[in-house]
Amino acid sequence: MYSEKVMDHFANPRNVGEIENADGVGTVGNAKCGDIMRMYLKVENGIIQDVKFKTFGCGAAIATSSMATEMVKGKTLKEALALTNKAVMEALDGLPPVKVHCSLLAEEAIHAAVEDYLKNHPEERID
Amino acid sequence: MDRIYMDNAATTAVCPEALSAMLPCFGEVFGNASSIHGDGRKARKYLEDARKTVAACLNAKPQEIYFTSGGSESDNWAVKGAAFANREKGNHIITTQIEHHAVLHTCQWLEKQGFEVTYLPVDEYGLVDPKAVEAAITDRTILITVMAANNEIGTLEPVAEIGKIAKAHKILFHTDAVQAVGAVPVDVNAWGVDMLSLSGHKFHGPKGIGALYVRTGSRVDTFLHGGAQERGRRASTENVPGAVGMAAALKKAVENLEENGMRMIDLRDRLIRGILESVPYARLNGHPLMRLPGNVNVSIPYVEGEALLLRLDLAGVSASSGSACTSGSLDPSHVLLAIGLPHEIAHGSLRLTLTDTSTGEEVDEVLRLLPPIVETLRGMSPMYDDFLNGQK
Ligand SMILES: Cc1ncc(COP(=O)(O)O)c(C=O)c1O
Ligand code: FES
Repeated sequence: MYSEKVMDHFANPRNVGEIENADGVGTVGNAKCGDIMRMYLKVENGIIQDVKFKTFGCGAAIATSSMATEMVKGKTLKEALALTNKAVMEALDGLPPVKVHCSLLAEEAIHAAVEDYLKNHPEERID
Repeated sequence: MDRIYMDNAATTAVCPEALSAMLPCFGEVFGNASSIHGDGRKARKYLEDARKTVAACLNAKPQEIYFTSGGSESDNWAVKGAAFANREKGNHIITTQIEHHAVLHTCQWLEKQGFEVTYLPVDEYGLVDPKAVEAAITDRTILITVMAANNEIGTLEPVAEIGKIAKAHKILFHTDAVQAVGAVPVDVNAWGVDMLSLSGHKFHGPKGIGALYVRTGSRVDTFLHGGAQERGRRASTENVPGAVGMAAALKKAVENLEENGMRMIDLRDRLIRGILESVPYARLNGHPLMRLPGNVNVSIPYVEGEALLLRLDLAGVSASSGSACTSGSLDPSHVLLAIGLPHEIAHGSLRLTLTDTSTGEEVDEVLRLLPPIVETLRGMSPMYDDFLNGQK
């Protein structure tokens, strides 16, 4: 039921782990099925230099975490905040309808980590 | 090594005996078993022989066996048929919280039709208390339906005790024995059941065939209206190949029941012990002794069931889980919640179900594969981090 890309990111997830003394950390939970996703960011000059994740969740949750980290690495904070679950799903060649909420979790986790960073660096917030 | 199939509670492979018994039914024995000509009579003979075999395996009479399309139909027929046939007597049904959805959703639908249903809780092992069944009986109770063996956690329910209670109160008693038939001894008289559901594909018969046992004299409405097949009780041209294959599979299973059962219990307990020893914090779900010979169900905290299944699948093992993420409805298994597991523990459940062809090598291979998979998944689980940090 999963695309080859999803299975690839599930079997060989990119950027798993944590960043010590991360500049931003975002943890979000899934009200629907009870899964948890946590993202760590290393930020320099407004650019996401490194990003890592830990996820407790299904195959789609792990694959979307992995894909989302790849999509924001090297990007500006603004670009990261613009990341949508739709873009992550498209990059994974789609998800089964019951798994769409898992990709939402990835979007929210990235946003939460960026927001956490911006909370401590309000001067970098550009609206 | 070939793939390891440990999802025999979901379905089983058709055994050679069933296949070879069925083959003539796709050739010369093609007739309609209700036709009066020679071709029909030939098919009828196969069908009735199958009925006799199934009846003998359950200690029932042939005329009490009705072939159906499977476990779900048998459950629907038994519960709805008994409910509507006895509506003048009352409208109350007693069941449990851990039934298969074929019974549970049927009961929920009956509630919308004006019936009242008591869903009895179970203890931490998934056992129903017969005293609770008796206490739930009112003068409006018309049906008790309690499964013989649970499909998820393998717990064997005290059906014989419940049968005595039902009989004493003159209430119809149905049991969903889909997981029990072919796995443990089943005797409709020793159990005191009035109706019993079974399904061919759970004991190496074909899919799409099952049976409902209905004790002579029980008041149960017809469910599938139409032709006069199955003595006017269940319409539709008889599935002769299915019935023949199911009967052959059941005969084989029952003949080897004791020997296979003991061998499977050995393998099962080796698998359970191995997992509990090699996977930290794992726990067994279901009763340690009162359980199906082939059922292993464990909860592995801090990992999610679907991810575990997919990793096992990539490693060549077919298994199953009661996790919310695998359920489609995104709710964890109602059975695991009923035995009191918190959501997050139900989330990491793993079901491995063996059969008579399972081997010790397969068990050892799963025991070799599982711990590193759990470790990898825990390594990426924020819940495990939080747990370890909380321990410091
Ligand atoms: C306990 C139980 N009841 C009913 C069913 C439904 O059987 P079938 O698939 O033949 O409709 C199953 C099978 O999943 C089962 O395990
Ligand atoms: S994380 Fe639970 S369904 Fe995807």
